[in-house]
Amino acid sequence: MNLKNRFIKKIDKYVLLKNGNIYDPFLELCSHKDILIKNGVIEAIKNNIPPKPIHKVLDCKNLIITNGFIDLHSHFRDPGFEYKETIESGSVSAFYGGYTRVCVMPNTSPVIDCPELVKYVLDKSNQLPVYLYPIGAITKGQKGKELAEIGEMVNAGAVGISDDGIPVQNSQILRYALEYSKKYEIPVINHAEDIFLVNEGIMNEGIASLRLGIPGNPDISESTMVHRDLTIASYVDGKIHIPHVSTKKSVEIIRDFKKLGLNVTAEVTPHHLTLTDVFLNNYNTNAKVAPPLRSSSDKSALIEAVKDGTIDCIATDHAPHSIDEKEKDIKNAPCGMIGLESAFGLVNKELSHAKIDVKSIINLFTINPSKIINISPNFIKEGNKAELNIIDPNYKWIFSQEHIHSKSKNSAVIGMDLIGKILFTINKGYITSSEK
Amino acid sequence: MLICSPPHLIQRNISDLGIDVTYDIDEAIEWADALNILRIQRERMGFGVIPSIREYRNSFGITLDRLSRHKKDIVIMHPGPINRGVELDGDIADSDQAIILDQVLNGVAVRMSILYLLLGNSEFEK
Repeated sequence: MNLKNRFIKKIDKYVLLKNGNIYDPFLELCSHKDILIKNGVIEAIKNNIPPKPIHKVLDCKNLIITNGFIDLHSHFRDPGFEYKETIESGSVSAFYGGYTRVCVMPNTSPVIDCPELVKYVLDKSNQLPVYLYPIGAITKGQKGKELAEIGEMVNAGAVGISDDGIPVQNSQILRYALEYSKKYEIPVINHAEDIFLVNEGIMNEGIASLRLGIPGNPDISESTMVHRDLTIASYVDGKIHIPHVSTKKSVEIIRDFKKLGLNVTAEVTPHHLTLTDVFLNNYNTNAKVAPPLRSSSDKSALIEAVKDGTIDCIATDHAPHSIDEKEKDIKNAPCGMIGLESAFGLVNKELSHAKIDVKSIINLFTINPSKIINISPNFIKEGNKAELNIIDPNYKWIFSQEHIHSKSKNSAVIGMDLIGKILFTINKGYITSSEK
Repeated sequence: MLICSPPHLIQRNISDLGIDVTYDIDEAIEWADALNILRIQRERMGFGVIPSIREYRNSFGITLDRLSRHKKDIVIMHPGPINRGVELDGDIADSDQAIILDQVLNGVAVRMSILYLLLGNSEFEK
């Protein structure tokens, strides 16, 4: 290992996690035991392992030890936009947010639409503390015209396909993609926005946009597209995943199709689940995202959808942009905010207020996304590599710039009170530095 | 009968005709006594339906490698013309297990007969 990044530390030879509450959703395991890690591998899970002088002991009393998180939707901007983020800086940011597995989106330059580029991403992440799972493009160059080399990308390690921020407008191409990807058993992820209804819209169309004099993007720009996508997926019995659901109307459509038995899954971002369009009140470009932050009734519907399982998981849509880009005016600044390091504290705060128990919240970050991309989990089991989070679900903290390891700092969450923090993350023989 | 093809090129409702469907060419080879291999007719397809020749070959091509993995005698058919190396390796097409030339020869005879009938051969009507 010759990594120079000072935030990536090799784990001590012996690490003893004392008195933690172990929760492994994959094994449906809950227990109160000690975990001894030797050289990054779980050596023992037992009651009362006596600490020795060679052990680095972490007191985990009242803390939860659970699996590493999985993010289905991140932008690491590499190759092509390394001034915003790199595979290394994105990975470190993910690691500090408790993520050990991250799906990276293909809207890079060049677009990840062939196996060689999938391999580039995987090779570059080899030495990093997280596992990357590339999402390949649906169409060559995200142009919406020709199917990309979906099969070759899957064989190289891609776990899904998406044209990311560019919706597949041509319904026949989407049908082809949904049918073709059945062979490879991967989900098709289509950015659900009708660009013609988005029009010049910058924020949610409603009273907030009216007051600010900012052009609105109506909720139907999303829901009409969700309806189209689910109708096509249902017709061809395809596997579709709806990214960053933002509206009540979309939730209702997804719920209806799920009831009919369609193979549809959905994610929500931490920001859509917790923030609303009033966050743009001071023309804050960091709150400019796509789809836009919606109304409070949309937010309530999203929380309900998480509760009843209509929405399966949290995905960050971590979207780094440089400060000069975000310092443009609200019309010209790009869409997106970072989210990996604030995700758990933000979501845990909101959902625990909504009376969702902490295990169900952890499921939204672990087992649920894992099932969508159908990857093998790493159980908390003796003999397995340690891929763990140590979480204090009650820890109150204020999210600030110093918590951000991403190259970009475009977060609308800076300055907010959060509840719940990842104290340590362990993966691939690395551990995060203590910040508590 | 079993049909194997990229999912988006299979006619809808084909299984209603009693034809089984798979997207896995190895499964098809394992199941079959004879393979009738068709060429992808790119000129008749919409633009961009097949991602690339290499992907098609890797996913569906009857290659020497693939066939040798199955360790079984199988009859190789193809109505021609072959895109050699795409849907079928040339060496297999030219091997003893292929009956392609007979198939093509018979195809000409059958076409001749059909044309003969369609053009109203009076002798046959008697």
